[in-house]
Amino acid sequence: MNHSVIVEVTLREGIADPEGATIERALPALGFDGVTNVRAGKFFRLEIDAPSPDEALQRARALAERLLSNPVIEDAVARLRPS
Amino acid sequence: MTKVGVVVFPGSNCEYDAAAAMVDLGADVEFVWHSTTSLTGFDAIILPGGFAHGDYLRPGAIARFSPVMDAVGDFANAGGPVLGICNGFQVLTEAGLLPGALQKNRGLTFLSHPTTVVVTSTRSVLTRGATLAQELVIPINHFSGSYTCDDETLARLRDEDRVVLRYRDNPNGSKDDVAGVANEAGNVVGVMPHPERAMTTLLGSADGRVLLEGFLMLGAAAPR
Repeated sequence: MNHSVIVEVTLREGIADPEGATIERALPALGFDGVTNVRAGKFFRLEIDAPSPDEALQRARALAERLLSNPVIEDAVARLRPS
Repeated sequence: MTKVGVVVFPGSNCEYDAAAAMVDLGADVEFVWHSTTSLTGFDAIILPGGFAHGDYLRPGAIARFSPVMDAVGDFANAGGPVLGICNGFQVLTEAGLLPGALQKNRGLTFLSHPTTVVVTSTRSVLTRGATLAQELVIPINHFSGSYTCDDETLARLRDEDRVVLRYRDNPNGSKDDVAGVANEAGNVVGVMPHPERAMTTLLGSADGRVLLEGFLMLGAAAPR
């Protein structure tokens, strides 16, 4: 059965995020004040054929660590997408 | 004659510059398509610049799974000289053959200009022909060239004398001004600047020669 999984990849705390910083600096100029700690990342939506949601999640975590993220600088979080 | 393999991924675009530099220095060059699984017969391997597999996901993220990378790993582990230039450096870090990672440049700017780098270690296949503290003008041409690693890794790189080139004026936000690093044995090196594009003063600088000549000093003793 197919399970829909979402994987979010963000730079680890302490790793400079030039994209997030640039977005954060641009916001006040557009009138959006009071926005801090902007972090940019990547979003993946996957369909995984697995016997159970837990197994789908496990496989998503494995592939996120092996391919979707670079564990040297990034964290990956996988979660099931509510159907 | 020294035989150098220049690995070509779909999206590589500096393979001809690398090959021309090697031929200029008297080497025999063969292009190695990324689906190749054996590097038997080569004396040295270069991973050139470009956008392997479109740089999709992250630079080098897909390329590290190209079949040739297992062979590159074996070649490196056997002590063979491996040089990754720009995108090739990114591939080597993604493959785990070099520590750290290359991030988007500080300021999110694509940088393409000559830069001055300082030789900070001569204990690598790329810098063994150069002199410590020697300043070289070598062009950079990258968007994701900001070297990063955790503090522990950086401390180890410094202790083990593995930062081979540093920027004199850090252009991209690289940690500790790192422009190039070597593995523990010194036979695998990755650099963001392009020594193969600094082969003649006619094109701005010939400072890449001392690096690539050193790389081809294959009879020389292992760096360490």
